[in-house]
Amino acid sequence: MIDLTLSEVLDRLNNGAVTSVALTQAYLDRIRQADPRVRAFLTLTEELALEQAAAADTRRAAGGSAPLLGVPLALKDVLATRGIQTTAGSRILQGFKPPYNATAVQKLLDAGAVILGKTNTDEFAMGSSTENSGYFTTHNPWDLERVPGGSSGGSAAAVAAGMAAGALGTDTGGSVRQPASLCGVVGLKPGYGRISRYGAFAYASSLDQIGTLSRTARDAALLLNVIAGPDPLDSTSMPIPVPDYTAALDGDVRGLRVGLPREYFTAGIQPEVEAAVRAAVEKLASLGAEVVEISLPHMSYGLPVYYLIATAECSANMARFDGVRYGQREDAGDMWEVYTNTRGHLLGPEVKRRIMLGTYALSAGYYDAYYRKAQEVRTLIREDFDRAFEQVDVIATPATPTTAFKIGEKIGDPLQMYLSDVYTTTVNLAGAAALSLPCGFDGRGLPIGLQLIGPAFEEGRLLRAGDAYQRVTDWHIHRPVVEEPTG
Amino acid sequence: MTLYEPVIGLEVHAEMLTRSKMFCSCAVVDNTEAPPNTATCPVCLGMPGVLPTLNAEAVEMGLRVGLALGCTIPPFNQFARKNYFYPDLPRGYQISQYEYPLAINGFLDIDLPDGGTRRIRVRRAHLEEDTGKLTHTGDGASLVDLNRAGVPLLEIVSEPDLRSAEEAEAYARQLRSILQYLGVNHGDMSRGVLRFEANVSVRPAGSDELRTRTEIKNLNSIRGMVRAIQKEVERQIHLWESGQGVRQATLGWDDDRGQLIIQRTKESASDYRYFPEPDLPLLQISPEHVAEVRQGLPELPAARRDRFCRDLGLNRADAAILTAEQAVADYYEAALAAGGAPQPVANFLIGEIFRLMNADALGRDAIGTIKVTPEALAELLRLAQEGAINLNTAKRVLDILYAEGGDPARIVAERGLAQVTDEDAIRAAVDSVLAENPAEVEAYLAGSEKVAKFLMGQVMRALRGKGQPQAVQEALDEALAARRS
Ligand SMILES: [Zn+2]
Repeated sequence: MIDLTLSEVLDRLNNGAVTSVALTQAYLDRIRQADPRVRAFLTLTEELALEQAAAADTRRAAGGSAPLLGVPLALKDVLATRGIQTTAGSRILQGFKPPYNATAVQKLLDAGAVILGKTNTDEFAMGSSTENSGYFTTHNPWDLERVPGGSSGGSAAAVAAGMAAGALGTDTGGSVRQPASLCGVVGLKPGYGRISRYGAFAYASSLDQIGTLSRTARDAALLLNVIAGPDPLDSTSMPIPVPDYTAALDGDVRGLRVGLPREYFTAGIQPEVEAAVRAAVEKLASLGAEVVEISLPHMSYGLPVYYLIATAECSANMARFDGVRYGQREDAGDMWEVYTNTRGHLLGPEVKRRIMLGTYALSAGYYDAYYRKAQEVRTLIREDFDRAFEQVDVIATPATPTTAFKIGEKIGDPLQMYLSDVYTTTVNLAGAAALSLPCGFDGRGLPIGLQLIGPAFEEGRLLRAGDAYQRVTDWHIHRPVVEEPTG
Repeated sequence: MTLYEPVIGLEVHAEMLTRSKMFCSCAVVDNTEAPPNTATCPVCLGMPGVLPTLNAEAVEMGLRVGLALGCTIPPFNQFARKNYFYPDLPRGYQISQYEYPLAINGFLDIDLPDGGTRRIRVRRAHLEEDTGKLTHTGDGASLVDLNRAGVPLLEIVSEPDLRSAEEAEAYARQLRSILQYLGVNHGDMSRGVLRFEANVSVRPAGSDELRTRTEIKNLNSIRGMVRAIQKEVERQIHLWESGQGVRQATLGWDDDRGQLIIQRTKESASDYRYFPEPDLPLLQISPEHVAEVRQGLPELPAARRDRFCRDLGLNRADAAILTAEQAVADYYEAALAAGGAPQPVANFLIGEIFRLMNADALGRDAIGTIKVTPEALAELLRLAQEGAINLNTAKRVLDILYAEGGDPARIVAERGLAQVTDEDAIRAAVDSVLAENPAEVEAYLAGSEKVAKFLMGQVMRALRGKGQPQAVQEALDEALAARRS
């Protein structure tokens, strides 16, 4: 049952083949069995999940319906859940129970979803492996010695290991797509403004966007249907109507123009990754898509621009964690000591590194050279995409340059770690939409991800292409075997 | 010794009287009264993940002020984050405006003591949110009240065009008056809704140079501001004269002790690392909307003052006093509408009612709360005008009205205050006074004018102050003339 897709789960719930309570229990059993090794969850909400499941069953029995009624999901721990500990993977928020739900979370609850728990993340979503979590590192279900990617590594691993029918993550520079790629699941980052950011703990406000992790493009469409839409609590949410994303999943990609940007297939890419992505594009071509080589000339500036803008915004966003009003505080002699002790001891090294980088980039005398310049280049990157989308409907690239790397392999070298987001950050800078989906395995049996990029609010186009691809491939059907512990 | 000229600029922080806060739906409460932290929510507490949403009413009020000050309204403006740590600042940054403020390049014409006016340029007016309030307890703890955090503020920044503490005072008073007229701020500085910061430098009189300036923060009353500026000007002149020179610094003002306190020197000045607020889209303001707001502006104090001079024949000084507070001007006009004549009503308001209110330590803007209604004042003055009572009686009736309220005619009737015009009664009073004061009569006949006033007073006293003054004077003159011959 836990190997079903979200859409299959929903069918079985709707036709009475299974109750939500039974289903939820099955996921909880799976979590009990697999999570001690995968360590995807920071907080399990077992009791609440069973209550929600029972309520869903009652509602369905009474003839009620809702888009996700009784479907068990997991939430990245940067999404505020009312009364449920939300730590953002940080020690500084240990025990913090927000008095509010993120809008996306509220929409899931309103749609009848069951919340299994909160998943691990790099601290405040800053990282690409979950190794920056203040609590522990999540393991890749395909190879427990490897990272699941990050920062939404817990959500990706949970879906990959059958510990949830689907999950939410957040994506600031690839934090949904990169772990999806490394864990062999589907990751959707909608256009900036498609989903309310209210209640998503901010890392870099102009780049953050909530996204979904699921087994299939269809599952992503089902989730997006529920959580998309404008929100009066988020002025940057886009006041445009939300289409029915499942309605467009007709398997037809004839005439779809697929762009291959030459800048994305250069040195540094793992050969098996390039081969798998090119094969996937050929598969789309065989279904009637038209492949066009394109250029995104400013792509190489993506990472530096991203790290200037993201860290600048981060330096301000992190300032509220001062121990004064909520979360953990380390008391000390005077006020300034309280600040320095609390932040000094309870924030991790990567968060501090980014705060310092961002503080520097915004400082008097450096602002023009760094922050303002980065914004100017950001505009050029956006224009690259605008021009490209005059020529093509979607852009196909690898989601990551390599498959999952080993735990500890890159944590000592931040720049190497940052490079794993080289294909994803430009999408956030442009505010575009992108989908990462499984398209093969490397020689070690590790999943490879294809990234499809579309204009900001053309998620439907991406989902249709992804769904068409998944109808004729079975990469997403494969399941990792989370081996039994030895001894 | 060199003669020095102060160069002063003012920053005025005015809370906007909106119903809800700048970026959340919490009510704006009087933070001198509301229990701490009761008007708060996750947004103004700076909890993680929450987002600001802009209060359109605050923008509207800011626009009114900008337009009333003759500012240009740029077609778009932008919010920015001003970064610094302090426990009264929940997010660790204040949402303000930096590169693209709401209003720019305005002015305020201030009235000078010599009767002239001077144009003070307003550099900009921008919206920002207020911070919370810290209270330090005796035992070393600090308490944080965030009721005020997120209340909309308009920061109005003048150019350094003011040349004395008195000009700064005139600017402050007139600006406060404009804010009240616009209905965006009630001007009660004791409740912290209006706060000033002054930047001050001095230079040799007649010079154009701009010397090192200091900034005085936390000026919570206009009187305190005037004293602080005066002290600072003196301090700077002394520093230049003694050859030490002035160093850039931020000063505080201790109003109780009347002392300036040096808080920060330039070396430790903050870098606020402003950058555009990514959580709020650019704010676009169309010329049509600006025109609409301009259309809706009320008559402002200067225009009202000029109208009082022009249409009512008041002198400029009286008109300025009557229009400085909107409540006073409204009261005055209500008295005229009830039939009062412009000058007598003005005289009574300024001379008598303000005196009574002063004695009660009542601010002039509280005039709407006194027991003398504008209608009663008009009626009282009508009685005096018609000769039913004399002016002294009118003042006595006013005292009664002020203390108890009521109807002037009824008070006059019930207390027997109507003027005595009966010639026989007056003559009898004159005769008995002259008979009782032979020495004074003697002195008068010898040429003492002072005694004439005394005798007049005695007759009025005998008539219990109700004598019709002209008739009394005539009867007295006549009786004295009879004795002369
Ligand atoms: Zn609030």
